[in-house]
Amino acid sequence: MTVALCATAIVVIALLWEVMLPYIDRQRQRRRARRDARERGEGLAAYDPGRERRAEQRARELLRSCVNDEEWEMYRDLGLLRVWGGESLDKELRGVPYAYLIYPHKPIVAYLPQTGRLLNEYCVEFPDETKPYGSSRLPDSDDVLAKWMALKGDERRLISTANMHLPGRQVDPRQVQRDLWRLGRWERERLERHRRASSGAA
Amino acid sequence: MKFLRMRPGYGEQLIAEGDIEVGEDAERLVAEFRRQLEQGMWAAIPVETETGRREAELVRAFDEIPRTADRVIFFPRAAGGAR
Repeated sequence: MTVALCATAIVVIALLWEVMLPYIDRQRQRRRARRDARERGEGLAAYDPGRERRAEQRARELLRSCVNDEEWEMYRDLGLLRVWGGESLDKELRGVPYAYLIYPHKPIVAYLPQTGRLLNEYCVEFPDETKPYGSSRLPDSDDVLAKWMALKGDERRLISTANMHLPGRQVDPRQVQRDLWRLGRWERERLERHRRASSGAA
Repeated sequence: MKFLRMRPGYGEQLIAEGDIEVGEDAERLVAEFRRQLEQGMWAAIPVETETGRREAELVRAFDEIPRTADRVIFFPRAAGGAR
């Protein structure tokens, strides 16, 4: 009887061990990741309210160092970037110039600058699945820079990856029209400032 | 050459740095480049054209990186957003 009980206990312990092993492994890996992060000075445990702000500040500096002065000023003043289209929509438009508006963490909006007609929304994200601080979301300016680099570097690839929708799905068309109006006014004022500055210098 | 990686909650992080002309550095950079791509990153290089315009190139292999590039920026690959 005792032998049977012992044998049963051993079998139960062995089965439990098999079941618990993956869980123990996961816990061990988490502990190791937290320890490594602490050693790297990333401090996962403590919530730092200034972290997102510092991240955004770094992202803005990186964006500024990559884009043209005009584009940087556009983003700083209006909160969006305009990128001229190169190829992806050319078949449908037969050479008519088109452009994209890039907003942070919103779909890319394609439109015709000559008429202001909105063409499509391209929903695209850049999720970092390693989630270093519990979120897969890049800082706003990094999201904008990622879209800018992807459009400049391989427009077709980005557009084919995105989910395409008609305008108005996520971004309010009235808001986009207002932004286009603001962009037009901003460009005129910038041009005027440059004209004045150059005539003053002369 | 510097390898930078965009990170949520942090901004960009320097993940590797080295002289592409030095054998040991180049090997380390190649290994890091492959590691980032295996992790699902896209690699972009900010460039300046002859007219002074700033553009970006996406590269899929280490050999495609111009020798004159001073930084490569890694960011998570694009995925279709909200349906």
